[in-house]
Amino acid sequence: MFKRLWLIAAILLPFGAAVAQEVPLQHVHTNINDVQSLQRGARDFMNYCSGCHSLRYLRYERMGKDLQIPLPLLKKNLMLTSKKPLDHILSAMPEADGVKWFGVAPPDLTLMSRYMGNDYIYSFLKGFYADKTRLWGVNNLYKPNVAMPFVLATLQGVQKPVYKSVTDPSGHTRMELVGVTPGTGGSMTPAQYDEFVTDITNFLNYTAEPIKAERRSLGVYVMLFLALFFVLTYLLKKEYWKDVH
Amino acid sequence: MSASSDSAGAGNSRGLIAWIDARFPMTKLWKEQVAEYYAPKNFNFWYFFGSLAMLVLVNQIITGIFLTMDYKPNAAEAFGSVQYIMNDVEWGWLIRYMHTTGASAFFIVVYLHMFRGLMYGSARKPRELIWIFGCLIFVLLMAEAFMGYVLPWGNMSFWGAQVITSLFGSLPVIGGSLLEWIRGDYVIADATLNRFFALHVAALPLALIFLVIAHLMALHEVGSNNPDGIEIKKLKGPDGHPLDGIPFHPYYTVKDMVGVAGFLLIFCAVIFFAPTLGGFFLERANFTPANPLLTPPDITPVWYFTPFYAMLRAVPSFAGTQVWGVLVMGSAIVVLFFVPWLDRSPVKSIRYKGPIYKIMLTLFVLSFITLGDVGMHPPAGIYPLLARIGTAVYFAFFLLMPWYTKIDRVKPVPERVTGHV
Repeated sequence: MFKRLWLIAAILLPFGAAVAQEVPLQHVHTNINDVQSLQRGARDFMNYCSGCHSLRYLRYERMGKDLQIPLPLLKKNLMLTSKKPLDHILSAMPEADGVKWFGVAPPDLTLMSRYMGNDYIYSFLKGFYADKTRLWGVNNLYKPNVAMPFVLATLQGVQKPVYKSVTDPSGHTRMELVGVTPGTGGSMTPAQYDEFVTDITNFLNYTAEPIKAERRSLGVYVMLFLALFFVLTYLLKKEYWKDVH
Repeated sequence: MSASSDSAGAGNSRGLIAWIDARFPMTKLWKEQVAEYYAPKNFNFWYFFGSLAMLVLVNQIITGIFLTMDYKPNAAEAFGSVQYIMNDVEWGWLIRYMHTTGASAFFIVVYLHMFRGLMYGSARKPRELIWIFGCLIFVLLMAEAFMGYVLPWGNMSFWGAQVITSLFGSLPVIGGSLLEWIRGDYVIADATLNRFFALHVAALPLALIFLVIAHLMALHEVGSNNPDGIEIKKLKGPDGHPLDGIPFHPYYTVKDMVGVAGFLLIFCAVIFFAPTLGGFFLERANFTPANPLLTPPDITPVWYFTPFYAMLRAVPSFAGTQVWGVLVMGSAIVVLFFVPWLDRSPVKSIRYKGPIYKIMLTLFVLSFITLGDVGMHPPAGIYPLLARIGTAVYFAFFLLMPWYTKIDRVKPVPERVTGHV
């Protein structure tokens, strides 16, 4: 059985090497305290993503409360798959259909930010480019051979791949994908699209840990209390130890 | 009126204590174990970690009990129930982070506690059994942590368990059936999760508590070592108490409270501001449910296991089997048990030991940290070499100890302890 470990290592070794050649992720700056950005992210997620992707560990009601969205507004605009606020945010697509249509069921995105990181989500949504060899006509710079069609193409437009010719030490020349051209034909400018993607990333950053903002603000008080506690225990110790010589 | 009722109250509580003492040695235990347990007055920073380990154990047990109330030990529901604890249970997120951070904190304080023992010769006669109980605690703690890591049923839980249990499969003859017996299935599955849950929440904590009691009873029987490595019981005052000893309570209870406060500052900083600690305390790959068809790019254990994992991978397969790496990793833990007899120096504390021991201990710490780093990376490039050097140094520290502690220069040991702050 132990051979399996080495088999895994052997399989992963070239993979590890391939990872190094991948295009580095783009960095995104998100702010969990920017409620407006989170609200926009929620709106855009519900409109563009929730048809296929669930947030199965989060309830509508909790999201509404955290994002300061009044219940009537939440029900009217954001609850597209359920009428009950306490329901989890599930996609409209049955998993079996996902497998039938795309080869894989679209992954649940509640924890995607903690699993792959904010930079990955941001880069992924900006990494689609035209590729006629793929079923949906697109590929992704950051997730090669992606199964997902580019549903945001009407916003960003179509990006084209940029190749560079690389000669390896043995003299073979091949084309390596190094980037994409800015999208053309979309309804958004690149800056608008960046903001759009940042909002969704920020929103998924929230869904991965809804308590994050509260945890941090509470932590400040905990630290202050413990600092005081530390001083008091130190003074108490000094008082008791006065007579130890 | 108030004065008379106060004294009546005091009389009543004295009466109650006497009633209990006639039936149970309450006051006797309190005096023997705490109020009249004489500890050396020169404990330094390194002596905080025993009481801190106890604090973390209590933290793990209490938070663990509350997690158990909402966790579902079932392959279909486990991952979701952890998210339920995070998002729906009141303060569930805090309880879970206290438990996950506590797991790492446990190893930090235990590693520092063990390092203290190596520095000041705390394992030496007459404290061999304290050390052995401690080593047993360490072994059980590793099993406890490993099984606890499987419970959230994330993808790294699954694959980590797959790899670690497969180590037993490498044993000759019995390997295959042993592996099946441990997993309760041919792969890590629902049956494995269920039994790991039982062991994690009932069997191992019980055994740990029992061993901690044994560890403390043995300690209080022979008395604590100290940074000078001298026996304070040799010199007693007219009252029969050690001249260099002070009652544990109140002196060390108030001093340990300072340690607790300092510890909690760091502990809570992690909980509230960096609960994953950049992937060290909670790994990224565990934020997706267990998936037998999706192998994570790198299967690495949590940081506290990586030194041993690096040793496992450092040994190449030989004579058609990989069992050698498993044996080396096992020996790395077994060798700890022999420290009381490996150290042949006439002095206990590093303060009076010679340069060779200081160099060896430094190299040992460096090798342990290096191995910890190596274990986090795929075995490519410089890492396999570093793993082998680290493993060699780790074992050299222990196996050459009888020789180098005997030839090392030592300084004269004072009669009385030095300093107490």
